[in-house]
Amino acid sequence: MPAPLSCLFQTQPARLVSLATVDLLIIAIYFAAVLAIGFYLKSHTRTGEDFFLAGREMTAWVAGLSFLAANLGSLELMGWAAAAYQYGILATHWYWIGAIPAMLFLAIVMMPFYYISKTHSVPGYLKLRFGEPARALSAVSFGLMTVLMSGINMYSMALVLKVVLGWDINFSIWVSSLTVAVYVALGGLLSAIFNEVLQFALIWLGALLIPVLGLIEAGGWDGMTARIARNFPGQDYTHLWRTLGSFGDNPMGIHWTGIVLGLGWVISFGYWTTDFLVVQRVLAARDLRSAKMAPVIGAAFKMMVPFIVILPGLLGLALLPMPLTGESQALASGGHSYNEVLPLMLARYLGPGLLGLGITALIAGFMSGMAGNVSAFATVWTYDIYRALIKREASDAHYLRMGRWCTILGVLVSIGTAYLVMQFLSIMDYVQALFSFFIAPLFGTVLLGMLWKRATPAGGFWGLLAGTASSIGMWIWARTDPGALAYIALSTEAKDMAENMYRALWSWILCVVVTVAVSLATRPKPDREMVGLVYGLTEVPSESHLPLHQRPIFWTVVVAAVFVALNLIFW
Amino acid sequence: MSEHKHFISIWFFIGLLLSVYGALILGAGIYDYFNPTPRDVVLAQLHAAIWWGALLLVLGLFYVIHFRPGKE
Repeated sequence: MPAPLSCLFQTQPARLVSLATVDLLIIAIYFAAVLAIGFYLKSHTRTGEDFFLAGREMTAWVAGLSFLAANLGSLELMGWAAAAYQYGILATHWYWIGAIPAMLFLAIVMMPFYYISKTHSVPGYLKLRFGEPARALSAVSFGLMTVLMSGINMYSMALVLKVVLGWDINFSIWVSSLTVAVYVALGGLLSAIFNEVLQFALIWLGALLIPVLGLIEAGGWDGMTARIARNFPGQDYTHLWRTLGSFGDNPMGIHWTGIVLGLGWVISFGYWTTDFLVVQRVLAARDLRSAKMAPVIGAAFKMMVPFIVILPGLLGLALLPMPLTGESQALASGGHSYNEVLPLMLARYLGPGLLGLGITALIAGFMSGMAGNVSAFATVWTYDIYRALIKREASDAHYLRMGRWCTILGVLVSIGTAYLVMQFLSIMDYVQALFSFFIAPLFGTVLLGMLWKRATPAGGFWGLLAGTASSIGMWIWARTDPGALAYIALSTEAKDMAENMYRALWSWILCVVVTVAVSLATRPKPDREMVGLVYGLTEVPSESHLPLHQRPIFWTVVVAAVFVALNLIFW
Repeated sequence: MSEHKHFISIWFFIGLLLSVYGALILGAGIYDYFNPTPRDVVLAQLHAAIWWGALLLVLGLFYVIHFRPGKE
């Protein structure tokens, strides 16, 4: 999910860190390595299946790490570290309840239908289940969302590099994005996945030293919480649930129902189970067991990400000598903003060499996120828009060429979007809203499509359309009438994030209600046309012959138990 | 562990990159140990570059050897 890094770095202070020669060498080697992997894999990318689905040859580990890395962009790192400084440990909800149940649900409940249907994409599944109109609506909205998100991320990253390193924005945008374009165009999803696994390792090894050294300096977890309590008396930054009893008791202005139902149910399940950016990685798994294990492996690592993202923000609260503020206050005072907490912590602990690795981790995060967007866009454009609506009959080689050109085109459109964002900074404020417009209703449509065989093509299409339109309508209503918040988010005290949660919930409910109502009023598809697509008509291979430790359900239970334990420990 | 019978494993590439990074960071840490320059880095006395660089190098070499091309 996109990080809440709105109005990123309006302040333009002097650069935060200076790089030594060894740091620059480490960054240069990283660029050379990702390009080399792209060139190496080009010879292995000969068919559309290779390019768009990595030949469906990935092991569970590779698909699982790639599944997570595509989401772990640099804005994710910077944005949630900033959110942790601003809101404390509450930001962890986006990694735990806002991800883990959904990832496990994808693995065990939804993956069999995606995988057995042999679809190339999520819109492709909608075509099989609900027909062409639902696919067209989903594909066009996904394509728009993807290039816009990609452009926003690109601009934000370039701005980060300008503020942190003093690099020219144009240089950062063009060099980073063209590198991604080259390696994805050469090796397609295969190259994107290989590089994402590499980037995943670099993100961890580059960012891990911050919490390690921070905890040493703070005197461990207890020392850190004691310092935070001393620095910010009367405020609770270190408990996950106990301040969520009312909107006014926590800095996020959110109630536990918003976290559980809005984030933990609709937004999280929508993103992790229907956003093709992440689902595409799992579809590349080599068999159904690997496809089910991949999200479980991703979930296990996702639970640990707060260690390198949230903990640095909390350590910033405990250790940084100057309080960080919002962007406008930082702009007025000449100080630092929340958004700079991660670079400030990097500069605090990392000397020559290590700093290069830390900066490489940020760049790797950006590239893995962008490659995810671009490869997913190329697939949806080629299979769900170009082949479905423009050129139905062509050779596999033709679609492969289209995928390669579309990758380049997608990057160029993203670059254009980045420059558009540069001119109209307020677009940044709308990222989270845009995300919730499409994802929440899509989850309702896909879920009913998989689990309720009575859902009809008309029900699927009109439900999706009603959900999306209602989400956009509620957003406009809240912008034109502040009193609308009392109805949409149940409180006038609700902040933007809480509004997004509740808007997503209502649009999902409306999507489900309309889908059910229209379905009951229209003729269902014959059962024979839904074999392999829906519960009750799909034969899922049994895993009872496998030893316990090889069964996805066993590891799902293990991850779920750890998830519950972590929430209780940090309650 | 290759992802396809014809591929060099991704873990080999990761090992190679970590080995190079480990050697560079370890080298920078050792140079800094013998030629300390005043910086604002907190906990500089822990010489993180030396042990973190060494860790990366060992980890990288393990992956390079274990997943080297041609080893089945």
